[in-house]
Amino acid sequence: MKKSATAAAGKFNHRAVRYNRWGYFFLIPFAVVFVIFQLIPLITTIYHSFYEYYRSGLKWIGPNFIGLENYKTLFSSGGVWQYFGNTMILWIMNFIPQIFFSLLFAAWFSDTRLNLKGQRFFKTVIYLPNLIMASAFAMLFFVLFSNIGPINSILQSIGILKQPYDFLNHKWSVRILISFMNFLMWFGNTTILLLAGMLGIDTQLFEAAEVDGATSSQVFWKITLPLLRPILLYVVITSLIGGLQLFDVPQVLTNGTGDPMRTSMTMIMYLNRNLTTSRNYGMSGAISVFLFVITGALSLIVFKVAGYGEKVK
Amino acid sequence: MSSKNANNGLKKGMGIHARRVLAYVVLIIMTFLCLFWFYVLFINATRSNSEIQRGFSAIPGSRLAANWQSLMNDSLPFVHGMINSLIVAALTALCAVYFSAMTAYSIHAYEYKGRKAIYTFILAVMMIPSQVTILGFVDLIRGMNLMNNFLPLIITSVASPAVFFFMKQYMDSSLPLALIEAARIDGSGEFRTFNQIVLPIMKPAIAVQAIFSFVSSWNNYFVPVQILQKNDMKTLPILIAQLRAADWKKFDMGEVYMAIAFSIFPVVVVYLILSKYIVGGVAAGSVKG
Repeated sequence: MKKSATAAAGKFNHRAVRYNRWGYFFLIPFAVVFVIFQLIPLITTIYHSFYEYYRSGLKWIGPNFIGLENYKTLFSSGGVWQYFGNTMILWIMNFIPQIFFSLLFAAWFSDTRLNLKGQRFFKTVIYLPNLIMASAFAMLFFVLFSNIGPINSILQSIGILKQPYDFLNHKWSVRILISFMNFLMWFGNTTILLLAGMLGIDTQLFEAAEVDGATSSQVFWKITLPLLRPILLYVVITSLIGGLQLFDVPQVLTNGTGDPMRTSMTMIMYLNRNLTTSRNYGMSGAISVFLFVITGALSLIVFKVAGYGEKVK
Repeated sequence: MSSKNANNGLKKGMGIHARRVLAYVVLIIMTFLCLFWFYVLFINATRSNSEIQRGFSAIPGSRLAANWQSLMNDSLPFVHGMINSLIVAALTALCAVYFSAMTAYSIHAYEYKGRKAIYTFILAVMMIPSQVTILGFVDLIRGMNLMNNFLPLIITSVASPAVFFFMKQYMDSSLPLALIEAARIDGSGEFRTFNQIVLPIMKPAIAVQAIFSFVSSWNNYFVPVQILQKNDMKTLPILIAQLRAADWKKFDMGEVYMAIAFSIFPVVVVYLILSKYIVGGVAAGSVKG
């Protein structure tokens, strides 16, 4: 495609130059909106991070330039490390089962010897939770797992529990609920990505392995997995970027408190808290820049592994 | 994962059989885990408060209409919320697909200075989340006097790098430059060529991305909640979070379930109708081998 593009450009060179100005014209909407609504906000966010600017009671303090004070306060307070830790714990608790089941299902779906029926049905079902409104899903789990909710009522009626279990007041049960919801919402998506990768592998490799008498597990570990590495890496890093943004589910499930004892407070919840409740714009800026640096670095890895650089020719 | 050696016919057959049974059992358990919650949601949305308090039942109740009525009359404006969500999501999807196709067309069909740099730049910023610029964004919107307005939520979708990338990928595979040349020779203006020749070819990609953009806007909570503070302007996720924050124990639980169902089921219905295209579109936009 690219070769024909340059060939066409060469052939119609004189007219092409005249037409090519239209390239800029078609770029205008994107460029204008990107600069105004993404680039300028990013710059002002960074700018705010160097200022003391918050509300104290009814009074606004600042904005006064204070250099790196916000960052010093942020990183020495301890809170941010706890919330960063919570975010990572919640991500890992959802990602390990997610990658396990996604690899398993993708391997099953793509296995021609296994020849599973009803694949379209299963794919449709496992992808469904991805489209559910996360806040409504969290609200649903909140009512389902409340002390008087149906889950406690079912567990009691089949004799597993004697008294209702307070799912929302125990550190690990809250974390498990949040991770479980995220797992449900994302494993279908990951399965479909990995499946596409597995179906893209040259079938001759599998046939050759079969002729050589390789077992299914040998084929999986020695052929499928190594060839899947770029996609796996893509899945891991994009999931990690998504994990750092975790907000809707824990925010609604815990009503923004991150309870019990802020053990389910995530980075974005902390940012939201500084933006809306405590109105500390300087600190919000510092948290945002911290997240921007991490996600930016992770994005560069995605850029590399997904081969985006090679697409630009 | 434990199929036996290919030379051993009998053993291999049993291995495959056992593995198939295992696969179906695990898939059915997962199906149950995916659907169970929505089943309970549906059941409880049809039952009265006292029925719900008494415990769980697998059979639907008869209070669907009554719960609907009380939701409609609630002090939280759910009908307004639904309309607001629809407006924002539909216009967001429209802007995202039209302008992303336009941007992709600019990169795809023209040769100009800085084209490669711009393409590289868009791909590089694709993954950076909007959350990290929210402080500056709200600042800007307040400065523009656009708080409690849908415009800032909609217009930002004009610059959607991920949608752009999908469109560009699709153009690489299905939009030959010779076709654009032919249109030029026939005297079609560049803008007209884009609208009347390129867009129709892009229909499948536009449909898939319109659905994804619509759904992600419909579900978006973090950005709208910072911008929309007037009750009449709020979208559904904001109202759901408000329902959570309210003293919900005083609520009619049938109504609470109805409110959640009201937010979830429209998307589920649309998904079930269009699932073929959606599931097919998931993998196409990401990474290729």
